[in-house]
Amino acid sequence: MEVLSVEKFFPDGTRALAPIDLTVPAGEFVTLIGPSGCGKSTLLKLVADLLEPSDGRILWWRGYGDKLGSDGRRIAFVFQDPTLMPWARVEANVRLPLDLAGVTRQEARGRVADALSRVGLQGFERHYPRQLSGGMRMRVSIARSLVTDPNLLLMDEPFGALDEITRNRLDADLLKLWWERKLTALFVTHSIYEAVFLSTRVVVISARPGRIFKTVTIDEPQPRDEGFRDSPGFAAYCRQISAWLAEASVPPGGE
Amino acid sequence: MRPLAQSEAAMSIAAPFLVGVAMIGLWETMCREFEIPVFLFPKPSDIGRTVASEWPSLLRALGMTLRIAFQAFGTAVIVGTLIAFVFVQSRVIERSFFPYAVLLQVTPVVAIAPLIIILVKNTQLALTLCATVVALFPIISNTTLGLRSVDPGLASLFRMNRAGRLQTLWRLRIPSALPYFFGGLRISSGLALIGAVVAEFVAGTGGRSSGLAYEILQAGFALDIPRMFAAMLLITAAGVALFSLMVALSKLALGAWHESEVGVET
Repeated sequence: MEVLSVEKFFPDGTRALAPIDLTVPAGEFVTLIGPSGCGKSTLLKLVADLLEPSDGRILWWRGYGDKLGSDGRRIAFVFQDPTLMPWARVEANVRLPLDLAGVTRQEARGRVADALSRVGLQGFERHYPRQLSGGMRMRVSIARSLVTDPNLLLMDEPFGALDEITRNRLDADLLKLWWERKLTALFVTHSIYEAVFLSTRVVVISARPGRIFKTVTIDEPQPRDEGFRDSPGFAAYCRQISAWLAEASVPPGGE
Repeated sequence: MRPLAQSEAAMSIAAPFLVGVAMIGLWETMCREFEIPVFLFPKPSDIGRTVASEWPSLLRALGMTLRIAFQAFGTAVIVGTLIAFVFVQSRVIERSFFPYAVLLQVTPVVAIAPLIIILVKNTQLALTLCATVVALFPIISNTTLGLRSVDPGLASLFRMNRAGRLQTLWRLRIPSALPYFFGGLRISSGLALIGAVVAEFVAGTGGRSSGLAYEILQAGFALDIPRMFAAMLLITAAGVALFSLMVALSKLALGAWHESEVGVET
């Protein structure tokens, strides 16, 4: 079992994150949701080691060595934008993490093809990013994150810029991927529906300083399909989280 | 006429061509109408005749000027790119040396050229040096800007995948810099030619070099005005050719992916 127990404190001029404890057990899909500027993206970047926790608190990886940067750590990050290299074809974009890690071309070829077929992009290997739609670019970005077979997948509002139909379709595909590949995911979103649909657990974050306001386990059977969106349970979870979010957005003490 | 006007490509070639023909025609008729003497202002037909008759010596002069321009351009590209790579290594280096690159840029060649020509014995080398000084700055500034213009998201991605300095340079910084670099090439190639011509002017007829500027000076002394125009025509043609070459190179390198080279197709 792989446990990520995060505890950190991040004053950034202002205090962006109060000390936070968060555990993401292997195989779970945890979603952070909260008002804008509550520090959920910051939290994600801290986990990804893109930011330094300012108060020396560290991320602990129990069961996988002790330090950051040990080989047990395979984190993949999906950004808000597809973040593709415009000069490289789809296959080269997806292969990038393997190239950087020094994986041979021969081995990489199979893994790239596998990742691309999992996101439904077989046949687009030789395309350039500009030839693809926004949704397809995001799929390339997801394929790139899968290609290293990560043991933690971090996603920072990956579908925020897409239209709702594309977004719902990508959500469904992502959930399927998570289920098939037994991924562990930490997901950030603004959308309550997206959070409930995808997650095994939703963490509501309140703003200034960011801290965990409420946590709810979405206790619905997996694998879920589009039908889940219409179920009474789905609506109940959404209502609950919506109410918490409204509460979380009011600063404590009131102004 | 109609289908021709509708075609975008035909328009962009035909329209300027027609304007050019009309202007040359007007020039020719005006000169004939007012009987302007050749030594004051030659007719296009006089210039054409001179180009044809003086072709061998003009061609030799053109070759000389182009050689200097190309040597200067080549040197500027190599040196400028190297300097840019050094600049992006650290902000301290860039801050310390960039003002001197600017000094090089703002001081007119005409002002530096006599010094260089006095200091450097070999005329050819002196001329090349002058032209290089002019052509250098756009390469330095554009390439430096390009190497710094990396998508922050991609930079994070490389960092997360623990890319080494060299990997980041080769796979991220250099490709990101290419569009800027080619922009620099376009400006610099033109400047190299201008630098070569200006330096020749400053060196004057005393030098043993005999490029197109020398031709113009000589023709001026001899009041051979059509020859002056002919030499000027060749300089312009060489400049246009150089620019087109750079455009073609840029298209070749960036055509597949960069917005500036990609047509409006979806």
